[in-house]
Parts: sequence; structure tokens; C-alpha cells
Amino acid sequence: MLSILKGIWIILLHTFRKRETIAYPEEKPYLPPRYRGRIILSRDPDGGERCVACYLCAAACPVDCIALQAAEDEHGRRYPEFFRINFSRCILCGFCEEACPTYAIQLTPDYEYAEYNRQSLVYEKEDLLISGPGKYPDYNFYKIAGMTISGKGKGEAENEDPPVDIRSLMP
Amino acid sequence: MIIFRHLVIVIGVFGAALSVSAGLVWLERRLLALWQDRYGPNRVGHFGLLQVVADGIKMFFKEDWIPPFADRPVFVIAPMLLLVTVLMPFAVIGFAPEIVVADLNIGLLFFLAMSALSVYGIVLGGWASNNKYALLGAVRAAAQMLSYEVFMGLSLMGVVILAGSFNLSEIVDAQKGMWNCIPQFLGLVLFTIAGFAETHRMPFDLPEAEAELVAGYHTEYSGMKFGLFFVGEYLGVTMISAMIVTLFFGGWLGPFLPPVAWFALKTFIFICGFILVRAALPRPRYDQLMGYAWKVLLPLALLNILVTGAIVLAVH
Ligand code: SF4
Ligand code: SF4
Repeated sequence: MLSILKGIWIILLHTFRKRETIAYPEEKPYLPPRYRGRIILSRDPDGGERCVACYLCAAACPVDCIALQAAEDEHGRRYPEFFRINFSRCILCGFCEEACPTYAIQLTPDYEYAEYNRQSLVYEKEDLLISGPGKYPDYNFYKIAGMTISGKGKGEAENEDPPVDIRSLMP
Repeated sequence: MIIFRHLVIVIGVFGAALSVSAGLVWLERRLLALWQDRYGPNRVGHFGLLQVVADGIKMFFKEDWIPPFADRPVFVIAPMLLLVTVLMPFAVIGFAPEIVVADLNIGLLFFLAMSALSVYGIVLGGWASNNKYALLGAVRAAAQMLSYEVFMGLSLMGVVILAGSFNLSEIVDAQKGMWNCIPQFLGLVLFTIAGFAETHRMPFDLPEAEAELVAGYHTEYSGMKFGLFFVGEYLGVTMISAMIVTLFFGGWLGPFLPPVAWFALKTFIFICGFILVRAALPRPRYDQLMGYAWKVLLPLALLNILVTGAIVLAVH
């Protein structure tokens, strides 16, 4: 009996509490930088596309919403000819970001991309590609990987030794 | 002239009761939100006041579906019956001296009779729905209303003994010296609890019990028929609050302000009390509900009559 009255009293005291609601469109919540929202494709610090069209993200995606086509440019760099993400299927799980070897595909703290038309949720490469490096400002895949591209031969990558002449006896 | 005055009162009371209970939908949502540290509906109009209108429009445009397995005529009549029976007691409540639709000399009995009849709306609705959940809700409602009706009437007898009349205006006048809430405190508590059960409001909303019975007796109702049940519930809250004020808190009596303002103010406070209790208390088990009524509240009500009667006899 007493506990009932006490319960009512406690609820009454809630009149003077602060309200927890975040009045959304006027007041935006803080989202941490690693929040999993809209997906982007980033570029390396030199401005080249990071994506090497390895298909790992498409393979990792549990709902198969990524489609792309690999191609190679005159410098020997691989890039996606088209890159399409269907956001009406994407579950924002972030597996694609984890799978990506080049930090190309990244999830951002943006969630305001609702559309009236379902078809408008299919993003093409132009919509996805941003001009900056995203969350990893210094990473440049082609500078680190051993792969040869024009302007960077064998053994010229960072942390890489020059190639050994296997026919020579010199140490 | 008399007829004209009467007409104004009738229409005024009718309009006030209906608009207050519609406004209550908004009030309840805002107050519940306040007590749960939220905002509630605050977008449509100032403070979300037009939410009521928006909800009403929505309700009217909803498909009004009568299930093919339902008992059609009864299904349609049930919500009307509920609304009418809940609306009737407003006729005997005095909002101020002389402002009353029908100053019956058995006003209190009329109120009890009408609130007892209101169970028909629910039982018939549940029965006509031809649905297990609705029927269970209706059965619960019938048992609950019967049990609580018994001591609801008895708890008011103390008031009647003190005032020596069943006429609500005379009961209010008899409280000029001291409001009934002091000598009849036990009666007040009992009547309030019974009132909650009568309106099947939150702690006693077992006929609805969304957690177990989908929506209880109005599971099959949609559109404006559901709206009637909904408004009926809020009308019931207003009605019980007005009765508590009339019987225990001196009705329109009070200094400075005009009588109607006092009446409205007191009623408003009790309506807020109803909402507060809904915000605070969980629903009891069904056997607890019944046991509580018959084993605790009924003996207490009888004791109340006994003691009040003895004291009044001793004093006179
Ligand atoms: S976030 Fe998940 S669902 Fe969305 S594209 Fe990446 S892997 Fe697919
Ligand atoms: S975004 Fe990353 S994982 Fe996907 S194809 Fe490009 S490089 Fe590979």
C-alpha cells in the first residue's frame, strides 16, 4: 500500500526532471565519427581513387547490395568502372568497410538521405566518390603496395627494399 | 425563457463534456510524456493542441470495418450504448448552483444506475465481435464492474447519510461547513478506487490488457466505432472526476472564483490524478483485482457505513 503511494509520488517528482527527448530536426544528436551511416568512396592523399576493384566488399556484403566492374587505366592502376550501392537494401553493417584492403569504402555519420522514390536510393560512383581521404588521411595504397604502376617501379614502395638480383652471388 | 435556458444548459453540458474528453486525449499524452521525461505530441499547432483534430480526422477516414463473423446490429449499437450511458450521469451533476440539466432528487442513484449500465456497452461489444480476445475482455469487464459496483454504491452511502439526501445539489450544499473528504476520507479512497475500476483505467484496465488480450473488448473495432469507445473512456474519467469533486470536495463551493471555475479547476486536478496513477502503477493480476474488491474494499465500505451511521445517530 505504502509502496503504491511512494511510486505515485516518485512519478510526480518527474514533473521537474529534464526531458530526455532530442527534438530531432531542430536539434541534431552527436554521432561519433565511426558511426555507420551513408557509405562513401574515398580518394588517397594524391587525389587518386583508392578503390582497386577487388570485389571484396561486394563479397562481404550480406545483402549483396554492392555491384561494381573492375577496369585498369593506362598507369596500371585498377579502378571500378562503375560502382553501385543500393541503399534501399544496405543494412549499414559496415562489413564492406572491414573487408576493404585499401580503406576506399567507408561509412560516415550521415543518415539523412531519405528519398520519396526508391530508385533514388541507388547510388552510382559519382554519388559515392568524395574528393578527400575520409577517416584515414595519410594512407596511400599504391605507395605501400608492391604492385608496379607507372611512376613507381619494383621495390620503390614505402618500407620496401630494392629487388634482389637472384642471379648475382653478391650478398 | 425557462425552456431556452434549459436548452443552453443541455447543449453546454453536452458540448463541454465531449470537448473536454476529446481534449483529454491530448492532455493525457502530454502528461504521460512529462512524467516519462518526454515531450509527447508537440508538433501540430501550439503545444500540439491540434493533435486532437488531426487524430479525429484520421479516425473518420479510417476504414470502418465490421467483421463478417460479427453480430452486426449489436456490434454497431454497443459503442453507442457505452457512450450514451457514460454521458448520462452528466445530466445530474451540478456545475454551479442552478446550472444542472436535471436536478433529480435521486441523482446519486441515477449516476450509479447509469455507470452500472455502461458495462453493457462493453459486454455487448465483446460478445458481438465473436472473437476470443474480445469475449475474454468482455467477461473480465463484466466481473470487474459487478464487483466494484457493489462497494462503489456502498462507499457513497456515508455521504448520503451526512447529507440526508440523494440529490447531488443538496449533497454539495451540505458540504458548506466542511468538505466530505475529511469526515468521509475512507469513502473517498474507496470511491476513487472503484472509479478507476468503473472507467477501466490503467491499474484496472484488465478488460483491455494489451499485454495479454490484444486490445480486449474492442479488438475488432476500427474507425469511428473504436473512436467512440476511446472517447467513452475519457468521458468516464471526466465523469468520475466530476463525481469525486461533487461528492467529496464540495463541488462548486470555494471562495473568490465563480462556482463554475471552482468546479472545473477541481475536476481538472482529479483528471490529472487519474493520468498520474496511470503513469505510475502497473496492472495487477486478475485474481488480485477480484480478491482485493471482495476481501478488502467491500468490508471497508461496510465498516464505513457502520461507523458513519453510528456517529450520526449518536450526534443527533
Ligand atoms: S554496410 Fe553492409 S549491407 Fe551496406 S553495403 Fe556495406 S556490407 Fe553491404
Ligand atoms: S571498395 Fe575496397 S573492397 Fe570494395 S572493390 Fe574497392 S577496394 Fe575492393
